[in-house]
This record gives sequence, C-alpha cells and structure tokens, in this order.
Amino acid sequence: MKRPVKAKELDAGSRAGNFEEVVSGYSEEEALTEASRCLQCKEPLCISGCPVGIDIKKFIYHITRKDYRQAYFTIREKNNFPSICGRVCPAEYQCRKACVLTKKGSPFASEQAINIHFLERFAGDYGKNNNLDIPAQQEARFSNLRVAVVGSGPAGLCCAGELARWGVKVDVFESLHKTGGVLRYGIPPFRLSRDILDFEINYLKRLGVNFTTNFLVGKTRTIKELFDEGYSGIFLGLGAGVPSFLGLKGENLCNIYSANEFLTRVNLMSAYKFPEFHTPVNIGKNVLVIGGGNTAMDAARVALRLQKIHGFKLNTTVIYRRTEIEMPARRMEIEHARQEGVNFEFLAQPKEFAEDKQGFVSKLVCLKSELGEPDSSGRRRPIPIEGSDFELACDLCVIAAGLKANQSLISTTPELKTDKYSDLIVDPETMESSIKGVYAGGDIVGGEGTVIEAMGMAKKAACAMIDNS
Amino acid sequence: MRIISKEVIALCAGTRIVKISLVAPELSRKVQAGQFAVIMVDEKGERVPLTIVESDSAAGNVTLIFQEAGLTTKFLGSLNTGDNLYAVLGPLGHPTQIKNYGKAILVGGGVGIAEILPVARALKKAGNHITSILGAKNKCLLILEDELKDASDLIYVATDDGSYGRKGLTTDILSELLNKDKYDLVYSVGPIPMMRKAAEAAGEYNTDSLVSLNALMVDATGMCGCCRVSVFGKVRFSCVDGPDFDGRGVDWEELGKRNKMYNEQEKHICKLSPLFK
Repeated sequence: MKRPVKAKELDAGSRAGNFEEVVSGYSEEEALTEASRCLQCKEPLCISGCPVGIDIKKFIYHITRKDYRQAYFTIREKNNFPSICGRVCPAEYQCRKACVLTKKGSPFASEQAINIHFLERFAGDYGKNNNLDIPAQQEARFSNLRVAVVGSGPAGLCCAGELARWGVKVDVFESLHKTGGVLRYGIPPFRLSRDILDFEINYLKRLGVNFTTNFLVGKTRTIKELFDEGYSGIFLGLGAGVPSFLGLKGENLCNIYSANEFLTRVNLMSAYKFPEFHTPVNIGKNVLVIGGGNTAMDAARVALRLQKIHGFKLNTTVIYRRTEIEMPARRMEIEHARQEGVNFEFLAQPKEFAEDKQGFVSKLVCLKSELGEPDSSGRRRPIPIEGSDFELACDLCVIAAGLKANQSLISTTPELKTDKYSDLIVDPETMESSIKGVYAGGDIVGGEGTVIEAMGMAKKAACAMIDNS
Repeated sequence: MRIISKEVIALCAGTRIVKISLVAPELSRKVQAGQFAVIMVDEKGERVPLTIVESDSAAGNVTLIFQEAGLTTKFLGSLNTGDNLYAVLGPLGHPTQIKNYGKAILVGGGVGIAEILPVARALKKAGNHITSILGAKNKCLLILEDELKDASDLIYVATDDGSYGRKGLTTDILSELLNKDKYDLVYSVGPIPMMRKAAEAAGEYNTDSLVSLNALMVDATGMCGCCRVSVFGKVRFSCVDGPDFDGRGVDWEELGKRNKMYNEQEKHICKLSPLFK
C-alpha cells in the first residue's frame, strides 16, 4: 500500500519567527495520490466518525475522478465551511480514527489512516478559489422571517449561512469589534489563515447576512427587546468564553495569563505587532504553558513566536499532568509545537507560583505525578506524589485549563435554563432553549467542543427554525 | 461613533482632562450610573474601559471624561468634533447599586471625580443625603465642582498643594467626617491608594464601602480574565462582576501591581509617538 501523503509545511526553524500558515494544502497531484489510497469501503466507518456525517467516501471518490466540483458540493451538503474544518478539525479523533486503516484500539488515528482533513481542505479551497457558491434556495415564504444570531463564531456563522440560503433575513450580533469569534481571537493565523475566515464571512455577506459588531446582546439589547423588534427567532452561539483558572497560590501575579487573554491580545489585537498596534503583550524568557489541549498548543506556539520575533532564546515549555498519549490536543499540533522548539514536561502537577519584588511571577512549583486508574474522561487519572516538589523558572505563564460557558447573556436572562456546568439546556432534537423561539448551539451547549460539532448543532437549529416557521 | 463635542475641562502644566460627547444611541438608552463602555480609537488601538459620565437618551449621546496619561488617552484627546471612534461597546459592568442608604459620602480623586458624578446624581434622586469630597493635585486640575455641588448636600475639596480648598488628602476629610457623624455608605473612585484608604476608613467606622475599580481590560465581557481582582480572597472579574466592589475586601496590593504590568511598553510606545513630541 502507498505511503500517506504528508502536506507540505513551512520549515520549522524559520516559521517560528512569523504567523504565516504552517501547513500548505495538497497540490492536485498530492490530493490525487492520497485520494487513491482510500479503499472505498463498502461500509465506510469514517462517516460515523464525522460529527456532521459528511459522505467522506463519496467526496474522496469524486477527487479520484478529478471531479473536484462534486467533491466540494458533497462536503457542502453537510459542512458549510470545509476550508476551515479541513484546517482545524481534530480529524485524528474523528473521521480518521474511525478509518479502517487505523489500528484497532488506538486512542487516535494511525498514520496510515487516510488524510481526510487534507482532502477536505483541498476540496474546500478548490471551491473557494473557483467561486463555487452553493446556489441559494431562497423561498418567498421565508423572506418575511427575521432571525437574530448572537455571536459570530463557528455556530453563529453556520446558522446564519443556513438560514440566509433559505431566504431568511439574518442579523448577526457580535460583541467584539471583529467577526469570527474563536476563529479570530482564539485560533492563531498560523493554523487558520485569516484570508479563509474573511472569505467565508464575506460569502455570508453576499448572501445578505447583516453583521453588527460592538453589540452585546444582554446589555446593548435584551432577548425580549429583540423579539419586540420583530425577530421571529433567535440563535445563541455564545461560545465557551470564560477561562478556568486553577485556584493556585499566586495565580494573579503579573505575567500570568489565561490562554484566552494571551491569544486575544495576539490574535485579535495583533499585539505581536506592538507598537504599530497599541495593545501590548509581555514576552517571557522562560515561558510555561499549563494544559494539554489545542489551546495550550496554540498558546505555546504563540509564545515561542514572540520569543523568536523579539530575539529571545527559545524557551517555552508545556506543563501537563498526564503523559503525551493522554493529551487532548491534535497530534499534529503537538508535533508542530515540538518541531518548532516547544519543550514538554509531563506528569507535572502545578502547585503554586512564586513572585519577584515587583509582583511578577518568578517560578512555578510543581509536584511530580503518576497515572492511576482511568477517570470519567476515560484517561488515566494523574495522582500527585507527595513530597515530590520541584521548581521551574518562569517569568511568564499561560493557563490553558479549559473554558466555561459564556455568562454575559445568561446572567441577565434568568429564563434561560442552564445545567450544573452553566451550559444552556436545549431540546436535543431542535436545539430550542427554555425560551420559545430561542435556539442555541456550539460550546454554549454541552461545553467545549470542536468547530465541526458547533456547526452540526447550528445546522440542526437552523432546520428547526425553518420547520417551525 | 462620531464625536459631537469636545472640551478641555482642565489644563495644567501639560496635563489635560478632556470631555467628549459621542453619538451612541443604543448606549445612551441603556446606561445606568456606574457602568462603562469599552472604546477603540482606531483599528490598531487598544480596547480601554471608560466610565460613562452623562447620557442623554433623547439626543442619543453619551459623555466621557478622561485624563490624558498614556498613549490611548492621548490619542483619544487628539481627536476633534466630527471625528469617529473605531469602536464603542457598552454599557458594560453592573450598574452601581442605587437605593436609599441614608447618608452617603462620595470621594472622587483626580479624574475619578467624573466617575462619582453620575452616582451622586442617582443616589441623590434615590433620597440619599450626599456629601462629596473632591480631591485634585491643584486648583487647575479640579473638575466638575459646580456639577457636584448641584448633586450634593455638602461638598469638600482638598488639593495636594493647598492651592484650593484644604491642603491634604480627601481621605483625611473622610476620616474626620466619619469620626464626627454616622454615615451609611462611602463610595470612592480615584487612584488606588485613595480608594484603599477610603475603604479602610469606612471599615474602621463600620460603614458600607463601595469602590469602582480601574483594572486593565481587553474584551471587558468576561472572556479574558485580564481584570481579575481578589475580593475577600475570591477571584472576581472587574468587567462582569464589578466594576463596583466592597472596598474592604479588595487586595489593593495585587491590583496596584497588575495595573503596572505594561508600564515598560507604555513608556516605549509613548516615546515613539508623535503625540508626545
């Protein structure tokens, strides 16, 4: 069997000095070679691994026939943003893990598994570069419907696109000054080129979607006021915007950032271009990033780039309390981080921070940990070893310990029912919340998930809104 | 968001306090005393929180008052009537809890005087007896004295150099008042040492204390944690849990240090900027 085709990447040494997209898409030839490896299983397992059920077998078949147009439209039946998902989907935990070529029992996809995400990206970019818009099926009966979409992240964009294609008048409200939500403030440009994001948002604008930035629903306008203004439905794609801290001693010292703050300063506010852009971010000589997810990898790679840009010796270390195999991050991100020079300290449980005279963090005290029995997440539980304290020098620390549901709207709208995690409770069939006509999707429902899961929920909500109209 | 008027309300040895009014209909309809807006001067600018001092919902305008200190406030002060701000978001934060406390003392230091004005007016309207204590470096940096006179039953002024009112600190006057009489609330806005002292004095006399904190912010909607403060040992976000807190529980040391986190960058960017030439 042929070897998997790796996508080309920028050289690890030089790319750490800029924010350019690291992975290049497949060339036509590479896409054809990779697609030809697909076994076209009679009963494809990969599709069951996709949260939105893309007909992976079919789109790959179209690629093998050089019918890229059909490949694109096949994906678009289920996924509005293939160019985005092809770049950010954790495919090795989803479709690629389900691929028949992945070894049984493996916690993530084997290398041999078809590179479905790269093929999706290829098809998505083909569609984008050839202006292959899905023809709008705008129906007159929907033209008097008005829907307010709250939040312009993956869920909001997807819901807006679905509805606009039916001819529904959609207004998207975003509290930040730029649209895109986590795709802009969270995911760095070296993982998702801003051209792609802007293209998708501009496509929605061409469909007639209206975007209002600097508008915080709950404060600028309440849910009730939106209904009073004539909206027939509201979709809440509020996201998981609240950073979790660890509750450690010294956690509020200077230069200890949540990953959200660190990434927002750099990605949204362009602090890496300070002083041309006015928002500052500090740069550490010894940077520690606490966490093992994609956000931790993003933060570490951003920190490393800041060190390189400012001529510091590269020294950024990820601290994780389990081992590499349990890390929830995409394998590719871990590999990229390592190639670029990020260090890893596994089986280390942060205990407390120490400070210097000015109130800046000076070190992190950790305990060594060992792995015990699997916990509710299925991963082996880290058990700190008493008396195993050790210190790590640290003048800047980023805490990437997860996110909780955004409370900005929920706290001012008591009628919205939430669960014990403060996530919104919805009807799983329709995504309707406890308020009639108010739907929700993405991380505000069910906690931190992926872009594609958010889109799946948004699509479901859009269908329910159409059905109930 | 267009600027419809601009006035330099204090000018003293190069230090300016500026008042601008903006067209912001949504904001003007919603804002309550104690709330703030986040503004960006231009696309490359910082997001900075500024208290909304006055609003006119009929005209759709809001008024901001700020002292030119760092780059962003200097940049904002360089704009003129007719210019547009790139972004204005608000109202943000909880409004100050307005009710009839009884007798309230409001302490404003420096540009913090602008921030006690809407609270003084709202508390007065709610039936409180208002004593305002205003503090400034010197006479020419004292702002809004007439406006606060109108909103207060009693008013005291202190200047650092004694050029107007009493020479000394607002908190000296506060302690004397608390010592002489029973009050029900001390509300203070100004430099951290002043708010700290005001809260301590209130604590000493068992009086409720509210302070409006000026932590650094980025999104100001609860997403980044930049503005986190410790209050009675618990981590709170100034933007969504505040900006008002019980001053008796605030970890002032921590707040003071965190607010200086970018002093080096600020110096650097100001040095490069033609606005400071």
